[in-house]
Amino acid sequence: MNEPVRVGLFVTCLVDLFRPSVGFAAAKLLEEAGCEVYVPVSQTCCGQPAWNSGDKADTADIAKDVIKAFEEFDYIVAPSGSCAGMLSKHYPELFADNIAWKERSTKFAMKVFELVSFLTDVLKVERVEAAINAKITYHDSCSGLRELNIKNQPRKLLNSIEGVTLSEMKNPDVCCGFGGTFAVKYSDISNSIVTEKIENVENAEADLLLAGDLGCLLNMAGKLRRTGAKTEVRHVAEVLAGMTDTPPIGGKA
Amino acid sequence: MQITSPTFKANSSGALKDPQLQKALKHVKSNFIEKRASAVEALPEFDALRDSAVSIKNHVLENLDIYLETFEKNVTKNGGHVHWAATASDARGQILDICRRVGAKSVTKGKSMISEEIGLNEFLEASSIPPIETDLGEYIIQLRGEHPSHIIAPAVHLNMDQVREEFQKKHTHLPADRELSEPESLLKEARGILRDKFQQADVGITGANFLIAETGSTIIVTNEGNGDLTQSLPKVHIVIASIEKIVPTLEDMSQFVRILARSATGQEMSVYTTLSTGPKRKGDPDGPEEFHVILLDNGRSGMIGTEFQDMLRCIRCGACMNHCPVYHAVGGHAYGWVYPGPMGSVLTPQFIGVDQAGHLPNASTFCGRCEAVCPMKIPLPRMMRHWREQEFEKHLSPPSHRRNLSLWAWLAKRPKLYRISTALVARGLWLLGGFKRRTSFLPFAGAWTKHRDMPTPQGGTFVVQWNLGKRPPRSIETWRRVK
Repeated sequence: MNEPVRVGLFVTCLVDLFRPSVGFAAAKLLEEAGCEVYVPVSQTCCGQPAWNSGDKADTADIAKDVIKAFEEFDYIVAPSGSCAGMLSKHYPELFADNIAWKERSTKFAMKVFELVSFLTDVLKVERVEAAINAKITYHDSCSGLRELNIKNQPRKLLNSIEGVTLSEMKNPDVCCGFGGTFAVKYSDISNSIVTEKIENVENAEADLLLAGDLGCLLNMAGKLRRTGAKTEVRHVAEVLAGMTDTPPIGGKA
Repeated sequence: MQITSPTFKANSSGALKDPQLQKALKHVKSNFIEKRASAVEALPEFDALRDSAVSIKNHVLENLDIYLETFEKNVTKNGGHVHWAATASDARGQILDICRRVGAKSVTKGKSMISEEIGLNEFLEASSIPPIETDLGEYIIQLRGEHPSHIIAPAVHLNMDQVREEFQKKHTHLPADRELSEPESLLKEARGILRDKFQQADVGITGANFLIAETGSTIIVTNEGNGDLTQSLPKVHIVIASIEKIVPTLEDMSQFVRILARSATGQEMSVYTTLSTGPKRKGDPDGPEEFHVILLDNGRSGMIGTEFQDMLRCIRCGACMNHCPVYHAVGGHAYGWVYPGPMGSVLTPQFIGVDQAGHLPNASTFCGRCEAVCPMKIPLPRMMRHWREQEFEKHLSPPSHRRNLSLWAWLAKRPKLYRISTALVARGLWLLGGFKRRTSFLPFAGAWTKHRDMPTPQGGTFVVQWNLGKRPPRSIETWRRVK
């Protein structure tokens, strides 16, 4: 029998703090696909806040910690396109001029995947065992879409669920206005962008808005709940894992 | 022009509250994007052309001196003159010298962002040589005393009623009750006025989209034909172009032309693609008697060999701003200098200093749509990040932001302390959210809760729960396998 695939789950700081149920959903999906899941206790954050603030020294310190904690696994999987993109695209960029860490970070980066695309593209998962009766609209988070080419993978798995109807919003691939610290540093601009986004979400007349990145989801859920809209919000992993018994992000509409 | 980039935040808040501007920006969001997408879709080799154009431009930038000297040699051979301008002030001086020498009383201008970059209009006005903008959009904003808000659609921030109002206010020699309800009538009026200006002008100034080294030609691509009248009717034609506009051959240029208009307006080609190769020759029916090319550096050669070199590939199509959610929200003027949108957020700190323009590379969500549509595949978000690095190194970012960042980084490097702190925060916010699972007020997060609620955590953190043995619900098979 084949050796099981050993996966280090990089759960991301937002999931760890705000929505552990996404981490458990990710673990469930990975285990059901035949992986052994490990959660190194030393993980904190991927370093994006420092990286995108121009603080390369702190980013490098954090990146080295992440690499050391995870490089022993066959794969490193994160339930976030943005954090997976940081680990797989930006760590090698960060260490491009560092002889000691260039190769190590590149080797590490090649094993990093975003959860849903890991399931479909690497583990060749065709369908998931979940049941939910809902009209769903899916937002393509920017990093996952443009850095990791994640577009059809979540839709494919969602379509495999009996009871799911996908209702595409207008411009699902346009930014929600989160952008990490952008949302608080330029909150008025961010508000204008998310206002347009949730207009499109509402026009899709879905029960549920899903995406693969908790940052975007917190932003859109926060706006939807503030405006009193009807669409509820969850991370795509929760639906794929059939774990929708917890209240949605930001609570019920 | 007056720099307002340091007040970007205030500028953008004003822009968000300006109903006329917001109405006008809707056109950018829909028209440009849809037209580009269908033009690209209709050309299977579009991506291959992009790759080819990128490699041509990279080659040029590696050999810029050779191609510029070849260009100069060929312009001279054709009977024209090349003037090397290291700075904006050099370029202005050279243009003024030519105008004074020929006794110019008026000057017509084709659309040129380089002339904006060097502040040419204000300078010529102060020197008593009134410049007349002949591109319709440029003409309108000149009447209004404004600068372009978009590099290819300078008046995109305006609606038709604002243009009508301006024409009624400024064209006082025309009957007050004239018909101006349709775009065509506005266009006809501007055309009538500009016709006289073209014929009176002593000097015509245009920009250049490309400079061709092998032939010494300059090229403009336009849709109105005003550029052609500007450069062929007056006695003197001055081209003002920056040094990175050079391409080696005519054949190379044809590749750029194929991606430029498609990326910009979604046209297969612009209506006019005009090559200027020297002054009027013997036997030519028309054309200028003198042909001058001002080659502007203005700091560009200093970008070569730096992390900003790729920016010199930019062909000024405007696709990045057409696809930018921030530009869509606030328009071009909020950026506070000549170049708006993502390309401006990279270029502006280069020209006016990152201390002045620090907001611009920060005011991006890094959504990456600009890079995805850039015909020259310029890694715009990465370059904005390079500016953030310079800001950080020079301690220019706001002290409060630096403090928060270093506290967070300090914690992120101490996993045990991080576990305890995040557990406390998760528990505290969970209590705050209660059954609603959200809060509309959060200390220190006013910028967030001003516009949206904050969803609250579920109580415990994931890593702690997992390491205490909590597992997801499992099927019997999964239990057997993972034990």
